[in-house]
Amino acid sequence: MTAAAAPDTRTLADFVIGMADNDLILAQQLGKLCGHGPNLETDIALTNISLDLFGQVRSCFQYAATLLGNGATEDTIAFLRKEHEYRNVLLVEQPSLDFGHIIVRQFLYDVFHHLLLERLQFSADETIAAIARKSIKETAYHVRFSADWLVRLGDGNDESRARAQAALDHLWPYADEWFLPTAVESAAAAAGIGADLPSLREPYQRKVAAVLREATLELPADTHFRKGGKQGIHTEHMGYILAEMQSMQRTYPGMQW
Amino acid sequence: MIMNDWPLWEVFIRSRSGLEHRHCGSLHAADAKMALENARDVYTRRNEGVSIWVVPSAQITASQPEEQAELFDPAADKAYRHPTFYVLPEEVRHM
Amino acid sequence: MNEAQTTSLEEVFNRRIDAEEKIEPKDWMPEKYRKTHIRQISQHAHSEIVGMLPEGNWISRAPTLRRKVALLAKVQDEAGHGLYLYSAAETLGISRDELLDQLHDGTAKYSSIFNYPTLTWADIGAIGWLVDGAAIMNQVALINTSYGPYSRAMVRICKEESFHQRQGYEILMTLMKGTDEQRAMAQDALDRWWWPSLMMFGPRDDESPNTAQSMRWKLKRKSNDELRQAFVDQTVPQAELIGLRIPDPALCWNEERGHYDFGEIDWDEFRQVVQGNGPCNRERLEARRAAHRNGTWVREAALAHAAKQADRDSLRKAI
Repeated sequence: MTAAAAPDTRTLADFVIGMADNDLILAQQLGKLCGHGPNLETDIALTNISLDLFGQVRSCFQYAATLLGNGATEDTIAFLRKEHEYRNVLLVEQPSLDFGHIIVRQFLYDVFHHLLLERLQFSADETIAAIARKSIKETAYHVRFSADWLVRLGDGNDESRARAQAALDHLWPYADEWFLPTAVESAAAAAGIGADLPSLREPYQRKVAAVLREATLELPADTHFRKGGKQGIHTEHMGYILAEMQSMQRTYPGMQW
Repeated sequence: MIMNDWPLWEVFIRSRSGLEHRHCGSLHAADAKMALENARDVYTRRNEGVSIWVVPSAQITASQPEEQAELFDPAADKAYRHPTFYVLPEEVRHM
Repeated sequence: MNEAQTTSLEEVFNRRIDAEEKIEPKDWMPEKYRKTHIRQISQHAHSEIVGMLPEGNWISRAPTLRRKVALLAKVQDEAGHGLYLYSAAETLGISRDELLDQLHDGTAKYSSIFNYPTLTWADIGAIGWLVDGAAIMNQVALINTSYGPYSRAMVRICKEESFHQRQGYEILMTLMKGTDEQRAMAQDALDRWWWPSLMMFGPRDDESPNTAQSMRWKLKRKSNDELRQAFVDQTVPQAELIGLRIPDPALCWNEERGHYDFGEIDWDEFRQVVQGNGPCNRERLEARRAAHRNGTWVREAALAHAAKQADRDSLRKAI
């Protein structure tokens, strides 16, 4: 990576937080499913993914808190921002309508997440690189898990194929936003801290296509890709996710738990 | 009744290299790949393993308790298979 | 097999149990032993997975990330424990499908404690401290139970559960060190969970018909009342240490007995909840049924895919 001038602390913090917001919202959604899965084995597996993601979130937010100072903690970052301050992509806030949606959402994110971490493990920022090196092993397993399941659903029976295809049709339009860099991401990339996001699009689409072929699923034609999450303009689902997640911190401000 | 649970598998875990795989429990999975992943998720959450075997429970051939006498009792009186059967002079401490 | 043969087999069987030998799945066992074990182990398994619901209710609202991952890991452990226990029951010749069916149609029981609602964050502390505390007393005794697979499941479960009770107590301790509002929240949780926790040990010994048989099979090592007393003796000092008040005016230390005396449980409420009239019986069962129903197509899809794969594999080999 070529190193431009190092970004200021605020930009670096924003970059780290934005990256982890995806993990936070997805982990929150998966955590909510615990106890409601198709059987115990899948319940346990999805919870493991949720716990991995929360772990990554905590590493990132703890780092961001040290950058921000002023009494910031992992929890003030996780729980006390306004909706428009969360920078996650729209995909991860989409609802868990059925197991098909859960798996497709997971797979689409996991493939991107893994490609991103592959780059970030060489980040010029030591802490980011260390977090990425630890996270990439977890995420490699997530890709494997969600890809295997996508194949099972797609290449299962008529019902599962229809459900998986419907979920894919519904969620694919959200699977491009992460390649469009924000100002913060561009600055991070220029400094060798972040990744060159547009360059991930090609390997992403190749990996997705390979799994979809095995799953006998097809990408919807003429997709109009959705975006806005990274600018803080979310879908209607986001408000409810935050209302629930933040409820304790909002109702009882400033207390220790 | 909904009857569509997956077949049962037996799980064997090697807790660290140098040790044998040991039976640690069972689980349900639709195929071998899933059995391996489920075993990883269910039985190695606390660093319990470095290697996993999964075997369909139906593939295991087991001896029957009724055969216990003929299979295992005959080994009981073969003391000459054990070192203590042999007499050594006092001077030889270790052999 | 005639009656005399059965009797002699049963004598051998009883002698083995008396000698602390473990019974393994393929060993001969009296039909009543098998049935009782299926009932008790599956009840235990059902309690684990229904028990995920009241606590799961707070995963999405846990107040900090640290609390959230701890709670999530705990609820996940309960899924694991359910899985170990169903597996142990399956060695007795019944499928998980059948066991779940018994749960869903209401013929199987699970621990009534989970029919109480979790209304505040402090309830998560109270459940960990009291409910897991009570469960551990039962489960540690069961490590030495006579049926091998059940005993082995208990070893694993007890090892994993060691953090559960601490997690709960730490939550309450933190609340008691906090604001007045937090202390009130903790006390309110104890007020609501204390008596249901005592009910977890079941009816009084003089009204518990299975005890003698269960003692012989080591499905029980101590009676309901003994365990309940041990629980009270253990818990009261822990409450006092962090400034919580046990909601029982009759509670006092009895120097002569060397135990706490405590008030009478509301047995009418106990019976009502067991019979399905607790605050959340319907919601809990419906949540379990819905998860199973909504998962049907997923489980079927995986089987269909596995069958296709197997066909393709055998075709490849044939060519």
